[in-house]
Amino acid sequence: MNRFIALLLLALGMNAAYAEGGKLAVPANAKWQEECSSCHIAYPPKLLTADNWEKMMGGLNKHFGANAELDAKDNKDILEFLKANAGSGERHSAASLRISDTPWFKREHRSVAAKEWVHPEVKSKSNCSACHQNVARGYSERDIRMPGGKRWEEEEDDDD
Amino acid sequence: MTAKRIALALLLLTGTAQALAETPKDFVAKYAAEAGAGFKPSAARGKSFFTKEFGVNKDMPSCSTCHTKDMNASGKHAITGKVIEPLAPAANPERFTTAKKVEKWFKRNCNEVVGRECTPAEKADFIQFAIEGGKA
Repeated sequence: MNRFIALLLLALGMNAAYAEGGKLAVPANAKWQEECSSCHIAYPPKLLTADNWEKMMGGLNKHFGANAELDAKDNKDILEFLKANAGSGERHSAASLRISDTPWFKREHRSVAAKEWVHPEVKSKSNCSACHQNVARGYSERDIRMPGGKRWEEEEDDDD
Repeated sequence: MTAKRIALALLLLTGTAQALAETPKDFVAKYAAEAGAGFKPSAARGKSFFTKEFGVNKDMPSCSTCHTKDMNASGKHAITGKVIEPLAPAANPERFTTAKKVEKWFKRNCNEVVGRECTPAEKADFIQFAIEGGKA
C-alpha cells in the first residue's frame, strides 16, 4: 500500500514537472540530441529563430570559438529539425546568434545578479545546467539551484 | 512469414553488432592501408605529432593543449572549458570504436589545430600512440 502511494506521488510529481517544462519541451530527435549535446546541452530549437539557426548551422566550423563541423547530411537533417521547431519573433532572435543575447533570455534572467554569472561553478551563460538541474530533460523552476546550492526563492529573499 | 521476419531481425541484429565491433586496432590498420604500401604505424611519430606546436591557432597550438600530455587524463577545451574525456582506449573504452565519430573529430580538430585535414599516416600514428599508452 505504501509503495502504491509512493508511486502515485511520484507520478503526480512527474506530471507537474512535465507541465512546467511544457513550454520548452521539444519533440525527440536522435541526431539533434547526439550532435548538439556533445559539447553543451542540446538547446531547445524554440530559443532562436529559423533564420538564426540557418546562419548558425552555416558556420559550424567557427562555432563560438570551436570547430563543430558536421557532415553535409547531418547538418541538413539537424537544420530542418531546428527550423521546424524554431521560435519566432524578435524576442527569440539575436544578431550574435547567442541565445543569451535574445530579449527572451535577458528578461527571464533579469533578476540574476552579475556575480552569479561569473561564479566558478557557472562561468558562462551557456552553462544552463549550472543552475537548472536536469534541464536537459526539461525545465522546472523548482529545479533551480543557485551557485552554492540555494533554491531560487531563497536567493530572492537575500536581495531584500 | 514469421520465420522470415525473425530471420530478418537476426540479420539486422548481427549487422548492428558488426558495425559496433570496430576497435582502435581496426582503425590503425585501415589508415595504415590508406597510407600506402610499406607504411608502418609508429607510436613515437604519433607522440611527437600529438605534442607538436603547429602554431596555426594561438589558443590551441597543439593537440595536447586541450587533451593534456597524458591521453589517460581528462582534458579541457582551451576556449569553451568543456571537459574532454580521455583519448586513450585504456582509460576510455569508447574511443576509436565508431568510424563516424573518429572521422568527425579528426576533421574538426585537424582543421583547427593543424590547419588542414590530417593524412591517413598521421591518423594511424596517432591512434597507435593512444593504444600504446598515450603518455607524452
